[in-house]
Amino acid sequence: MAVIKRILAVFLAMAVTAGLLCGCGGTTTQNPGPSDETTDSSRADHGNEITVGIAQDLDDSLDPNLMTAAGTREVMFNVFEGLVKPNSDGDYVCAVASDYEKSEDGLTYTFTLRDGVVFHNGQSCTTDDVIYSFETCAATSVTSAVVTALSAITDISAQGNTITITLSAPNPDFISYVSSVYIMPKGYTEQSTAPVGTGPFRFVSRSVQENFILERNEDYYGEAAKLDKVTYKIYEDNNALFTALNSGALDLVAHLTIDQVNNLSNGYNVLEGTMNLVQALYLNNAVEPFDNELVRQALCYAVDVDSMLEFTAEGHGTKLGSSMYPAFGKYFDPALAEAYPYDVEKAKKLLAEAGYENGFSFTITVPSNYQPHVDTAVVLVEQLKAVGIDAQIQQVEWNTWLTEVYGNRNFEATVCGFDASTLNASALLARWVSDNDKNMINYNNALYDETFAQAQSAADESEQTALYKQCLEILSDTAANVYLQDLADFVAVNPELQGFTFYPLYVIDMSCLYFAD
Amino acid sequence: MKKRANIFLVSGGAVSLLMICIIVMGWFWTPYDPTAMDAKAKFSPPSLQHLLGTDNFGRDIFSRVVDGAGTSFVIALCVVAIGCIAGIIIGSLCGYYGGLPDVILTRVCDSITAFPAFLLALVIVSIAGPGTENIIIALGILFIPSFARIVRSEFARCRELNYIKSAKIMGAGGFRIMFRHILPNTLPVLLSAVSIGFNNAVLSEASMSFLGIGIQPPYASLGSMLSDSQSFLYSAPWYALGTGGAIVLLILGFSLLGEGLHLKR
Amino acid sequence: MKYIVKKICTLIITLFIVSLLAFLAFQIIPGDPTTELLGTEATEEARQALRQELGLDRPVLVRYWDWLSGFVMGDMGESYNYRMPVSEMLADKLPVTALLTLLSFIFTIVLSIPLGIWAGSTRSRAVDLGVTVLDQVIMSVPPFFVGMLACYLLGNVLKLFVPGDFVSYTVSWSKCLGYMILPALAIAIPRIAMTVKLLRSSIHSQLEQDYVRTSRSRGSSRGKILRRHVLKNAMIPVISFLAVSAAEIMTGSIIIEQVFTIPGVSRLLLASISNRDFPVVQAIVVVMAAWIVIVNFAADLLYQLADPRIRRL
Repeated sequence: MAVIKRILAVFLAMAVTAGLLCGCGGTTTQNPGPSDETTDSSRADHGNEITVGIAQDLDDSLDPNLMTAAGTREVMFNVFEGLVKPNSDGDYVCAVASDYEKSEDGLTYTFTLRDGVVFHNGQSCTTDDVIYSFETCAATSVTSAVVTALSAITDISAQGNTITITLSAPNPDFISYVSSVYIMPKGYTEQSTAPVGTGPFRFVSRSVQENFILERNEDYYGEAAKLDKVTYKIYEDNNALFTALNSGALDLVAHLTIDQVNNLSNGYNVLEGTMNLVQALYLNNAVEPFDNELVRQALCYAVDVDSMLEFTAEGHGTKLGSSMYPAFGKYFDPALAEAYPYDVEKAKKLLAEAGYENGFSFTITVPSNYQPHVDTAVVLVEQLKAVGIDAQIQQVEWNTWLTEVYGNRNFEATVCGFDASTLNASALLARWVSDNDKNMINYNNALYDETFAQAQSAADESEQTALYKQCLEILSDTAANVYLQDLADFVAVNPELQGFTFYPLYVIDMSCLYFAD
Repeated sequence: MKKRANIFLVSGGAVSLLMICIIVMGWFWTPYDPTAMDAKAKFSPPSLQHLLGTDNFGRDIFSRVVDGAGTSFVIALCVVAIGCIAGIIIGSLCGYYGGLPDVILTRVCDSITAFPAFLLALVIVSIAGPGTENIIIALGILFIPSFARIVRSEFARCRELNYIKSAKIMGAGGFRIMFRHILPNTLPVLLSAVSIGFNNAVLSEASMSFLGIGIQPPYASLGSMLSDSQSFLYSAPWYALGTGGAIVLLILGFSLLGEGLHLKR
Repeated sequence: MKYIVKKICTLIITLFIVSLLAFLAFQIIPGDPTTELLGTEATEEARQALRQELGLDRPVLVRYWDWLSGFVMGDMGESYNYRMPVSEMLADKLPVTALLTLLSFIFTIVLSIPLGIWAGSTRSRAVDLGVTVLDQVIMSVPPFFVGMLACYLLGNVLKLFVPGDFVSYTVSWSKCLGYMILPALAIAIPRIAMTVKLLRSSIHSQLEQDYVRTSRSRGSSRGKILRRHVLKNAMIPVISFLAVSAAEIMTGSIIIEQVFTIPGVSRLLLASISNRDFPVVQAIVVVMAAWIVIVNFAADLLYQLADPRIRRL
């Protein structure tokens, strides 16, 4: 195998060189000499700065309340902070606040503003800025869950260096929403192009479709970041990204595929985490035949998730079984992943029971900008053939998907992944309540609605956890969707670069990275 | 010249015949089911079992190439035919008669060239819906201007030539002059435009299929296979080479044949 | 003078048509700028508020008029996504694409014309056959295939360049130019093959013309006839093809920009269409259309210079 690969590589080299030479017609064109940033030189003298390759442009507004793209949030996590911020264990630690207290009844939160917090523009952070940030976020945030949670605030006031927030009803998840309110300076109007926050890194510049540069915040109140500078290089072609990585020009690239990892030859450290996504074949529960629970269950039995993982990631990735991924250790129940073992006969029986003994055909609409979902759909189509179901793939561009599938719910089935915008279960579960405007699949289950409502109002955390777990079971029992996997996430890191940490959110924390001496 | 023509005719004819035989065979039979997956055979290098190896799903690349060549061939042929025929009609009328229609049609052609292909394809998907036929319409329209422009300039030049003028004096009709006398002059240009156009059509089909028009996975087309293979250049170089090679052979055969026919005339 | 005025009029009309069509296209396709900007988590109210902020709630023609009057006054508007002036973005990206186009155009001309003339006028059967076969083969190879193999080989096997190591012209012209050479060649190679083929067959058909025989019988040398008459006539179809090329290289270099990670206009256009960021799309489409019209205009002029009998336009 290896020999053949090498022979082919040589053949490729000859073919192309021949082509190029002929094209040149023998004239001498000056080749650009070997780049200045070749492997060894860049490795040897890193200058305490790193270059990160990313596969999509940061083409959002950079205003913390207006940015939506996962890729933008992933980067801006290093620039902005809330009063509290999530750590890699999924807990909340104090950030701009130095301490906080929750009243017995869960209605009042008192935050103490940390001394000496300075914005990247040199302004120091005051309670005015905090209140301004909460108000702006409540008014403009594009994350509706945050807006809803903040709308329960009846009063927010400052006294000395403490901020008191009063709620109309207790909300055990409230602190996770507080972490989503990024603190920004009052009266600063250029957040969307030149963001200013309090994080360990400050924004330096953005070049459209070229790069995005962050520098260490020297005035950071906590332990300062170790790296001086982080340059994100934007590649919109996966192959170019990989070639650059393989040539040693990049220090860190996340979200690689297993195949790219297998072919990486340059001595990178490869770390494996998960993407923190609930990938599933989402079924529109309002259209025939998916309005029939038996059909949905049949589909669950007909899909072999283990073999799917084998095809798409050589077995890497985690089986889910319901709308929760393992990073939420508290709620995730691995038993649900085994609720529907692969069983063609049972699937056929259920289909016959539902009146579809000859199978049926349907269309899977897939957003085409995300290859893993397309690949998953391809495997699904092949697996469903065994039970006589004829599925067709229809790729659509992302914006069309958002409008037609997500917005207008005009689809039969789709493969996509949902992530959690805040670190709490309701970020994943609220959408399946029957009258939620994001209930893309038109899931309608009275028991679920009731259980979820109870969980929301539960004052006790363990009771709430139990109720959320019950919600997950209902989703699994009624086969709301064909739940698949949380995809494996591979990160290649320069071996001299230490401290990479996976988060239960879609973020990469640059402040914990450092070069080993 | 005659001998040269024969070399091209024979070699081009042989390659084309081979490709056509393979395509026709693909309509009835392929060694494996082109969409059948095999987890154990992922990325098998070329062997006797799998002539061109297998891809990331363990699917037989040869079967997929055979199957995809047929699809790509039909699509590309239709697209080039639409572009070429409409281009000849528009270009010849504009070039030969000139005047206001020329001005208008040239403006339209310029507008199409300037109009982003991606946007046009999106418009066609939203009007006509997804489907394989629509890719032919979308690409066909896009291919008209380059043909029209080439034909137009040839006609504009030729109509001033002496022999055309004398044909006119002798009373030959406009159409007779245009198609008997001038059109053959444009053939060398047209032939190379056709082979490049064919190439572009195969690839454009793939670049549009992610909008939902054109071939959808798991079904294969040469263009979509080539763009998929890009991700596996390292683990399965045979994927790219097999597919790219098939495209080259398909186009090379016909362009050699065209060259031979042109020389023979 | 009258002629130039007439040309400018057609330019303006074309730009008007293209920009109107592009604008209308956004009314037909699904999604509007707010879909992408707000993603999956926003409320309907937030969406309506944003639509109002961006002025999307007004009728189409009013918006077009707004854009048009702004554009005429030199204001291209602001990108919905990046929230920065479109003129600034274009000023950043356009030189990159222009440089790439220019470079590959220069390669095409410098390499193909001598080669074509040599192939067309040589008496050596072998050379002629070799050039023809090579031409056919190069024309049969998909440019995407060439780009992808070139990136793999030059970037990975030979390590001649690092994709994405692009240096902006604002930092260093020479480094920018150096990075552009390979992509420019990748664009130029199929064009070179086509031009050589065209020029060669054009020379051949000229050599068969009566005037060549007449001059020969009058005792002129073959070389002299070639230089004096044949080449000039043979260039005419080539000029037209080169004009088409110049237009197509500029508008169609997306694959190369992507494979070689060059931050040019085509990539920006593609992303902006996906994002429904139409102030950016409008501006790029207008620039492209203007370029195409101007190139064709230049070709027409060259035509007339080469063959004074063509009096039209």
